[in-house]
This record gives sequence, structure tokens and C-alpha cells, in this order.
Amino acid sequence: MSARDDVFANIRRSLGVKGSETIRRQMVAERLERAPKGVVPARGQVSGEERIALFKLQAEAALATVTEVASAAEVPQSIALFLRNHNLPATLRMGDDPRLEKMPWDETTLEMSHGPSEGRDLNAVSHAFGAVAESGTVVMVSGHENPSTLNFLPDNHIVVVSAKDIAGDYESVWNRVRFAFGKSTMPRTVNWITGPSRSGDIEQTLLLGAHGPRRLHIVVVRD
Amino acid sequence: MTVHTTSPQFKANAAQALADVQLQKALGNVKQGFIDKRQKAAEKLPEFEALRDSARDIKNHTLAHLDLYLEAYEDKVKASGGHVHFARTAEEARSIILGICRDAGARTVTKGKSMISEEIGINHHLEAHGVVPVETDLGEYIIQLRNEMPSHIIAPAVHLNATQVEQDFRRVHTHLDAKRDLSEPVQLLTEARTVLRERFLAADVGITGANFLVAETGTSIIVTNEGNGDLTQILPKTHIVLASIEKLVPTLEDVSQILRVLARSATGQEMSVYTTFSTGPRRPGDADGPENYHVVLLDNGRSSMLGTSFEEMLRCIRCGACMNHCPVYHAVGGHAYGWVYPGPMGAVLTPSLIGVDKAGHLPNASTFCGRCESVCPVRIPLPKLMRHWREREFERHLTPATIRSGLRTWGFFAKRPALYRLATRAAMGVLGLAGRTKGRFAWLPLAKGWTKYRDFPAPQGETFQARWRRERSRRSA
Repeated sequence: MSARDDVFANIRRSLGVKGSETIRRQMVAERLERAPKGVVPARGQVSGEERIALFKLQAEAALATVTEVASAAEVPQSIALFLRNHNLPATLRMGDDPRLEKMPWDETTLEMSHGPSEGRDLNAVSHAFGAVAESGTVVMVSGHENPSTLNFLPDNHIVVVSAKDIAGDYESVWNRVRFAFGKSTMPRTVNWITGPSRSGDIEQTLLLGAHGPRRLHIVVVRD
Repeated sequence: MTVHTTSPQFKANAAQALADVQLQKALGNVKQGFIDKRQKAAEKLPEFEALRDSARDIKNHTLAHLDLYLEAYEDKVKASGGHVHFARTAEEARSIILGICRDAGARTVTKGKSMISEEIGINHHLEAHGVVPVETDLGEYIIQLRNEMPSHIIAPAVHLNATQVEQDFRRVHTHLDAKRDLSEPVQLLTEARTVLRERFLAADVGITGANFLVAETGTSIIVTNEGNGDLTQILPKTHIVLASIEKLVPTLEDVSQILRVLARSATGQEMSVYTTFSTGPRRPGDADGPENYHVVLLDNGRSSMLGTSFEEMLRCIRCGACMNHCPVYHAVGGHAYGWVYPGPMGAVLTPSLIGVDKAGHLPNASTFCGRCESVCPVRIPLPKLMRHWREREFERHLTPATIRSGLRTWGFFAKRPALYRLATRAAMGVLGLAGRTKGRFAWLPLAKGWTKYRDFPAPQGETFQARWRRERSRRSA
């Protein structure tokens, strides 16, 4: 008997089932199909300005910084200002996300580079798929538009998110993921990011910038 | 398979831990930090208790249908281009992983934090076969340098102080300036970040655990604060997920329920910094990510826990809240438990995995105060399960003769209430009289185990039952 068959046989023996029972199969198929939501906290069930304010509050509580701009055209200037204010070099790496590419980067003196990170970039910008107000989380999906390495290797990660993509709860984002990628189909990686990297492993002292970014800066685009 | 455990020597381990000044200082951090943070996080979310019920129900449902969810999960992983390997035992898991590493021509392997990898002892196995494993979670990295086991499931180096870490870094990072300043914890963190960054970039294979596996989509999930798990899995060509079979949950909605109680129970965060959902290898057109994606599913005794009272233990999501709230853990730390899983969850799980003959002391090392159960996010009745192990140990005649005869004597009286009342009234009366000047005893016959470490309070001359009767008649009057 193969290890696989053995494990299944042992599970079924312990549960006292054969595995072919129609009722059990139906229950499982139905749960996978319907994906019931369960308890969704009331906190995120707000809309409009209130939801954006909640997102900002929660992201800042997780030690991210948040800026709002009126339109996508203002993003490059806003990021250049952020880097200058923190005495960071005027360099920025990004993938080929069309929303980012359309922005007027040449209005700034930022030195732009493209592609995934090889581990030596100080600053990177990515466009979020969405965000969750409930916990101040940004939701990133992998791909050449926004390579996953940009989320983790640079010292300073800047995330652009459209205000209209900020959801109240995780469940709403999963609905959008299913709509975009197909039911039960996931992009290779979905990253929920809530604040900058940290560790409490030395004497339970909270220290930022363990292996991932030391800073997480979020730019909310309001158009 | 030989399991390296000192669980049978729990009593000696505990005595040693109590006398260890460094350890006792470090354990102070557990008592102070975790309890308060969890409490605040729970209070901030009105639905927290309802979410605990929801998390419990999801895990119960999944375990009752585990065979079918595993099938669905396996199909989805394959459909996304990944490979699934089943391992009945730790030994099988080790050889599967070594095989994948050899196929990848691996020289170094980075590792995200994984308790299952401790359970199967993968590091020694890889090392013995010429593959260098590098732990990348800061706490795990520190204890790997010290050749120790984690002493806590989410804070592996919680038994250490910063000065000890500094000494280890100076001992191992000999390529760095010997005069460098490492007096601040942040300097230690920065040094580890720099040293490990090179390791991340050079690794051929990355091994992570999984907090959850999603049947609906064939997705593995890791939850970290450092980001080390992500660098472990997106940089090398091959990603191996090592997970035990009970990590399954049905859907993305289900895991979102459980994630809402995980971080709050563990560190008091609303959500951990990085929650990563991985499905298969790099897709066409992707700029980064692993080219090969393997999942090793470990049973190692778990399928036999299903259908028994210990099935409830398989709900555990490894948050560590039970040990953070355990007075025994606070006193002796994690290493005294002698194997991979410490604290109340370890006291229940360890006998299942390595045998009650080896780990029988662990479920006995409890005051049954019930704090662990009261904070468990999936409501595992840990004291009840520890009691079940005590019963099994007794039935199998593994309990020492003195305890057996003591229990027999107590049982004799307990079954004869009139005699019990008479005997306790006499005993309490005598003790109350003898201790009335000081109010406590520094020494008592037959109670050396207690009085060696602390005084025994003198009874006030009345038994609990007598007082109960008196209070009740007063209140009803």
C-alpha cells in the first residue's frame, strides 16, 4: 500500500467511514461551492469616507504610514516627497503595472528601475489589488505587474491603493479575487500585508525591519 | 525511529529550570507581555468570542470530513502545477524532503519557522547528507546557532536574554569586526538581517511550514511578522511546504474566520504582518517565485487521533496562548517539557505522538487551573484531555506505586462520605491547631514536595464542606 493510500485508509478507519458516502460528499461539495462567510465583524461594515478613515486608522495602528492624494497623477510627487522627508535616496523600483506606468514619473527627479528585486534595492513601489479597512491590510497579488520580491526585499515599500478598492472585510476581497481570477482559482501568491516587518524574538522587544521592509508607506488614490 | 526526548526526565528538567537564573529572568517577559496584549486585542473586537466558536466549528467540520477535504486539496494543488507527497512517519517525510533537495542539486536550504520540521528532525537529517539548512526566523536562527530546540512554539528563543544572543553572534559571525557594538537589541536584529539576506539569495531550496491548507483552492498559508517565510519561499527555485494533515480548512472564508483569532490569541496583534497565500509554482509571465512547488503532508500518528477524545487536539492552530497563560510554563519554560511541543498543548499532544510511556509526566505537570482552556481560540478542553492521559497512564500501570497507593487511599475515603468528613474534619482540626501561631508550615510530614519550595498555609480549623454547609444554611435562612 502506498503512503497516500495508507493515510487515507487510516483516516477513514478512525472516522468510521468508507469515503463513498453520498451525504458526506454532498456536504463537502456544497461547502466548497457556497463558501459560507461565518462571523464578519461589524467594525468593517462602513462605507465611503468612514471606510477610508478606518483603513487609515488601522494601518497606522500597525505602524504603516498613510498619505492620501486626489488623483493618480499626484502619486509620483507624493512618493518623491516621502523619500525626501525620510532622507532616502531618490531611487524607486517597480514592476510593469499599467496603472503605475501611466503616472507622470518624469515630473520628479526619481531614478526609476523596473523588474523584480534582486535584494539590493532600497525603495520599491507596488500597486495593491485591494485593501481591508477592518485591519488596515493591503492585498497584493503576484505577477510581472507587481513582482512579489518587491513586497519583501526593499528597505522601504510603498504601496499605491485606489480608494475604491478598499473593502470593509476580507470576504469582500475574496469575492473580487474570484471575479478576477475565476472561482476556486488563485493567483500564485496573494500577500496580505499589515504594517512593516517586525520581530519580538529578542526579549519580547518589538523591533521593526526584521527581514522585510523597515517602512511600509501607503498612498491612497481618491479618484 | 528514535525520538530525541528528555520528556521522561521532566522532574529533573523542571528542577534545573527553576534554579536557572538566566532562564527565570527571560521567562518574566512571557508573563508580562503576552497575557496583557491578548486581553486587549480580545476586548477590542466584540465578535471575538463568536469567532472562537466559529473557528472551533470549522475545524470540527473539517476533521470529520478530513479524507474528502484532503482529496479536494490534493486535486487543486496538482491542477495548479504543484506536487503532493504523503508521509506516514517522520522518517518518510525526511527522505521525501532530502530527495527533493537532491533533485534540485541543493547545497543550502533556507527554512521558514515550522514546528513540524522540528517534529521530524529535518535539520540533522539534511546536515548528515551534505545539505546545509539555515533557519531564517530570528528566534529559530538564534537557537540553531546554539544547537537548541525552540522553547516556545511562536517565540522559539524566549528563554534567552539579549546578552546571550550577543555572545552567540560574536562566536559565529567571526567575519565581522570584533569591536562592533552589539549592546542594543536592534543592533542584533540588523546583524542577523544582513547575514541572513545573503543566505536567502544563495539558497537552492526553501522549506516552510503551513499555518493552513485551503481545500477549495489548493493553497498553503504562512503567517509571519518578519517576512522571512516569504523570502524563503519566493527566492529559491524550489519551495517545499511541510504540513501535517490537520492543517486543512475548507475555504478562503473559513480561513479568514480563523485568522481573525490567530494573531489576537498569539501576540495580541489584529493581524500578523504577513499572511501569504501560495498556490502552485511560478506562472507563465511571472517575474519571480519558485519554479517547483512541493507539499509534504505528514500524518505521524494524527490519523489515529481522529475518532478518539484526542481528536479535539487536532483543532490546535499553534498560537501559543495556552503556554503564555500557563503557570507551569511560566515557572519552568519550554525546554523542561523535553520535546518539540511545550506547555498545555504539548502536554496533550506529546503523549499522542511519542507515547504516554515517555511523556506521562507532562499531563501530570498541571494545576488544572483552566487558564489554557479559557484562552484557547479553538476551545480545546486541554485540562480534560490531560486528565484523560492521567487515566490512561493509571490504567496502563505507568503511574508510580506511591501515587497509586495514595490514590487508592483517597478513593477509599471518597467513596465513604461520612468517613471522609470525619477524617478531614479531624485532620483540619489538628493542622489548624498546630499551625495557629504562624498560620503556615515550613515543613509537614508527607508534603516535602510542597514545603521544600514554599510554606504550606495552615487550615483555619474548618473543612471546605463544613463551611459550605454553614454558608448555604445561612444564605437560605
